[in-house]
Amino acid sequence: MTKPLKIVVLAKQVPDTRNVGKDAMTPEGTVNRAALPAIFNPEDLNALEQALRLKEQHPGSTVGVLTMGPPRAGEIIRQGLFRGADTGWLLTDRLFAGADTLATSYALATAIKKIGDVDIVIGGRQAIDGDTAQVGPQVAQKLGLNQVTYAEEILKIENNIATIRRHIDGGVETVEVPLPCVITVNGSAAPCRPCNAKLVMKYKYAMCPLEVDANSECGIRNAELSKSRPYLTLNQWSVADVDGDPNQCGLSGSPTKVKTVQNIVFQAKESKTLTASDADVEGLIKELLEEKIIG
Amino acid sequence: MNNVFVYIETEGTQVAEVSQELLTKGRKLADQLDVELHAVVAGTGIKGKVEDQILPYGVDKLFAFDGEGLFPYTSAPHTDILVNLFKEEQPQICLMGATVIGRDLGPRVSSSLTSGLTADCTQLEIGDFDDVKTKKHYDNLLYQIRPAFGGNIVATIVNPDHRPQMATVRSGVMQKAIYEGKAKNEVVYPEVSKYVSPEAYVVKVLDHHVEAAKHNLKGSPIVVAGGYGMGSKEGFDMLFELAKVLHGEVGASRAAVDAGFCDMYIACGISGQIQHIAGMQDSKIIISVNSDPDAPINKIADYVIVGTVEEVVPKLIKYYKQNSK
Repeated sequence: MTKPLKIVVLAKQVPDTRNVGKDAMTPEGTVNRAALPAIFNPEDLNALEQALRLKEQHPGSTVGVLTMGPPRAGEIIRQGLFRGADTGWLLTDRLFAGADTLATSYALATAIKKIGDVDIVIGGRQAIDGDTAQVGPQVAQKLGLNQVTYAEEILKIENNIATIRRHIDGGVETVEVPLPCVITVNGSAAPCRPCNAKLVMKYKYAMCPLEVDANSECGIRNAELSKSRPYLTLNQWSVADVDGDPNQCGLSGSPTKVKTVQNIVFQAKESKTLTASDADVEGLIKELLEEKIIG
Repeated sequence: MNNVFVYIETEGTQVAEVSQELLTKGRKLADQLDVELHAVVAGTGIKGKVEDQILPYGVDKLFAFDGEGLFPYTSAPHTDILVNLFKEEQPQICLMGATVIGRDLGPRVSSSLTSGLTADCTQLEIGDFDDVKTKKHYDNLLYQIRPAFGGNIVATIVNPDHRPQMATVRSGVMQKAIYEGKAKNEVVYPEVSKYVSPEAYVVKVLDHHVEAAKHNLKGSPIVVAGGYGMGSKEGFDMLFELAKVLHGEVGASRAAVDAGFCDMYIACGISGQIQHIAGMQDSKIIISVNSDPDAPINKIADYVIVGTVEEVVPKLIKYYKQNSK
């Protein structure tokens, strides 16, 4: 027996830290954010795929993408819609800025309460700009829901119980969890499907109100089309819209403070640079043997 | 009150090495703060089987929760134990492994207690903090030092106003050592039902399968690692051969990072994203084989061989065979 599910996918726009090129650091040694493209957090895409599969298996289900960030993070909702999500919400407000994982979780949990009657909250295990893996479990705690982290596949949902295969250290585990629940998805799960051309056409000009730049072509098209196509205006929520407590949001809601940030200064050693010539390689091996580094 | 706590992870009755590493670190922090080191473990049938794996690392007091449903680990019962125990004990610091379990449990506990948690710390120190905004001064905070932003920066995080200050640390980052000093070594077995509500056992583990790790990188003094620059399977086959002749292990980048340190680290075709470097920086000798003379990793290498992996690795094998006895 299948019943429709209301699924919320947590997704984050992140700088692509995996492809840090030479221009990613400024000559002063700080991070050059502009040089890093903003992308859909990879494991959140794995989560989206699991959500879309559930939607296919349980007719009538809906998938919504919830993201928090500056207005340009509306792109995450579009990317979700292009792949088959039904709706999305952008949490954006200066009061959300500077949030650590706890304040982020508070904001997301508050929005999920506002969305209401959610069966499954699903997101990536962690985001590549922080690698903390904390937001999923913290959202679960704030909502008082059970959590399954490191999920690789949702095997089935029957009688309101999800059976999930998850990665554990050195092995795998299969668990049963009653709904509603929070699931975080590991990168070893199935990759996300590509964008669907028809959906791209449909949602190309979908924008959050704050994203609309009256001078850009997209902005003009959005203004023209959204009158007759309300789905082109994406949901955009502030702290007040989700009845959030400003003291628990952003910097003021964050127990952790950054004391210092240091650029990684490579503890540059006295490197010996060698060529690939036989003489150099043999010389190195002899040196390592003499110093008993290798035996 | 105000003590340092370490959450002890187990697989059955086997204590995880990372927990022992954290006990050694926790002991140092407790000595520095002049407080006690406490440990908490939860499992099924652990009484009489885990104490000897925990107490020798300088534990003053061990809270051992033994009951049905505590192994295999599920989030809610272990969270209940820590949250309720911490409400009684008011620790100032809590450390746990940055393992699948620690990363599932830590955030749940920190959210329940509204305390700060820093994941994957590479260093933990005690120090002072001046909040520039509030002009408040804090003594003896835990500096939670970790790579951030994909490992491109190192951040020092503090939790000025919330307790416990929580941190997770990966396996192999700290080193375990039997404590030479005197610790109280007290053990208590609290009543589990006083800490865990019956509804907490709602997640059922149908199947739990753990294989002993095939490659124990941590025990291997020589690690040969290959990155994106390796290209092909043939390339990796070559690395396995090199590792074999040197009696080392092959690690893909991430596993090698998790391994922490080793005597010699040969980076083949690895450009050196910094999270990688943070993991192997402490290796005694680093050799980088890279066709790009400006690869970031070269800066921390002791030896840089400029050339392709295909060209250099066979020569390393050949000349090792020729020159070793």
